[in-house]
Amino acid sequence: MSSMKVQKCNLNVLALCICLLHLVPFYILITTSFKSSSNFSSMWKLPSSFQFDNFITAWNQASLGTALFNSAFITFFSAVLLIVCGSLAAYPLARKNTKLNKFMYFLFVGVMVIPPLSVLVPLYQMVVDAGLLNTRLIAVLNNTAAFLSMTIFLYTGFIRSTVPKELEEAARIDGAGTLTIFFRVVFPLLKPITATVLIICCVYIWNDFQFALFFLQDENVQTLPVAINSFFGANSTNLHLVAAASIVALLPMTILFLVLQRYFIEGLAQGAVK
Amino acid sequence: MQKAYEFSRKLKSKKSEKMRSNSENSLWVMFIPALLFISVFIIFPFIYGFRISLTNWDGFSQTMNFTGISQYIRLFSDPTTWLVTRNTLLYGVGSTVLQMALGLAYALLLVNSIKMRVITRTIIYLPVIISPLIMGYIWYFIFAYDNGALNDILLAFGLEKSNFLGHPYVNIFIIVMVNVYQFVGLSMIVFIAGIQSISRDFFEAAKIDGASRFQQLKNITIPLLVPAMTINVIINLIGGLKLFDVIISLTGGGPGDVSQSLSTFMYSLYFERQDAGYAATQGIFMVILIFTITVCSVLYLRRKEIEA
Repeated sequence: MSSMKVQKCNLNVLALCICLLHLVPFYILITTSFKSSSNFSSMWKLPSSFQFDNFITAWNQASLGTALFNSAFITFFSAVLLIVCGSLAAYPLARKNTKLNKFMYFLFVGVMVIPPLSVLVPLYQMVVDAGLLNTRLIAVLNNTAAFLSMTIFLYTGFIRSTVPKELEEAARIDGAGTLTIFFRVVFPLLKPITATVLIICCVYIWNDFQFALFFLQDENVQTLPVAINSFFGANSTNLHLVAAASIVALLPMTILFLVLQRYFIEGLAQGAVK
Repeated sequence: MQKAYEFSRKLKSKKSEKMRSNSENSLWVMFIPALLFISVFIIFPFIYGFRISLTNWDGFSQTMNFTGISQYIRLFSDPTTWLVTRNTLLYGVGSTVLQMALGLAYALLLVNSIKMRVITRTIIYLPVIISPLIMGYIWYFIFAYDNGALNDILLAFGLEKSNFLGHPYVNIFIIVMVNVYQFVGLSMIVFIAGIQSISRDFFEAAKIDGASRFQQLKNITIPLLVPAMTINVIINLIGGLKLFDVIISLTGGGPGDVSQSLSTFMYSLYFERQDAGYAATQGIFMVILIFTITVCSVLYLRRKEIEA
């Protein structure tokens, strides 16, 4: 029995070492962010006094307030569009196995093999022609399109496996129309998968950089990753400021993750299983 | 009387049948918004991109000169294409192999009921939710030439500073490592779920037969984890082959083109070198490459799953 205890103790020590190793980047980030710009001591050393000046300077110079708003705006509206369009499309695909629906399902899920970035050149040109460059609208629409396949896939699987048909049939006999049935009867039952979709959208769209970099070049519409990227370009010799800006940019999602940890881990794993 | 009753019943049932089929036929209206999104933002650009790939368009002129397949000939004779393809494969395959090995090791450690379990899982998983671009910058602090954290250690041991990110191969390895560090948590979670779904009975039986821990791992755990591996291969391979953000923040594809992936190369062709026609050709090449590799590896693993 005692050998078992020793073994458990060893495993705990091993786990502790792994934790420390994984925390090194965060440690470096934090020590760097609290030192003044003229302090060139090693990043490993803790600062002698904690200074918040970097955070204030970074917040103002990188216009992180605007970026925070833009990220939240784009993520929110993309998520709403994804949930509405995705669940609407999934319902007929899950319920009626006609030839048309089989083809549509194949099409929706099949476009997942096209990496979104591969259509960059034509898409950028279309956006310029439509006069939508540097608008939050284009980021919302494009993010919706990029994650729609996955959303439809998740919703279809969920409706097929867990939503009973009997309820809809009962509602239909009562004379309810299709859309009424969908929004009143079916949609409320989709809560668990909607939560998953929401988490996946929040993480991926909040962190999206590829498309934001092309479509949102103007400072007024920049999202957090784009703002950090241009801030790094302007301050590559003053990493203290970059570190402070990065911490501000990471905080919202990190806090959300720590509070809703279980849902994040389960949700993202489910989305990954697509 | 009887007749009239039957007639009215027939009429009623016909009416309700018609109503029912009407409402069911109209279901297809529901996928129109989604279809619009997919067509406008993915399918149409894909076709339009193919058209641009047949021109020598620079990205801003009003006219596009049709040049046939000359961009495709250029693609195959361009040494940079092969450099970039090789890098992309290194990013994809390197990330997949390392992330799965490490993810499995972490999962095997954390299925034990130890005190550190929850906190370790949280710490390993945390980077998954962080922007890959910012993750790249955080690691830049460590690998930077001037005042970088790693060079500080080298100096402390009396060694010479090294320009890690400027060295070909080393910078590719660093990019792979950062990507692995960031997403190993996802692999770990998939493996933990896989291990927990294996019936305890197998291990009990193996114990009675006197199988060692290693034998149990080799003969029970690993074979039964093939489905979890399929999932991990798909996620990691696609993620690695499309790598963009981390490369931009750590090396920007440089020095020169030595750490460029297909994604960053295409970006630089279009926005920095005004070579839109060629960038579109690289885009088509990227679709074909990622599609082929992913489908082949998935088919291979599915066959394994059936064998197991």
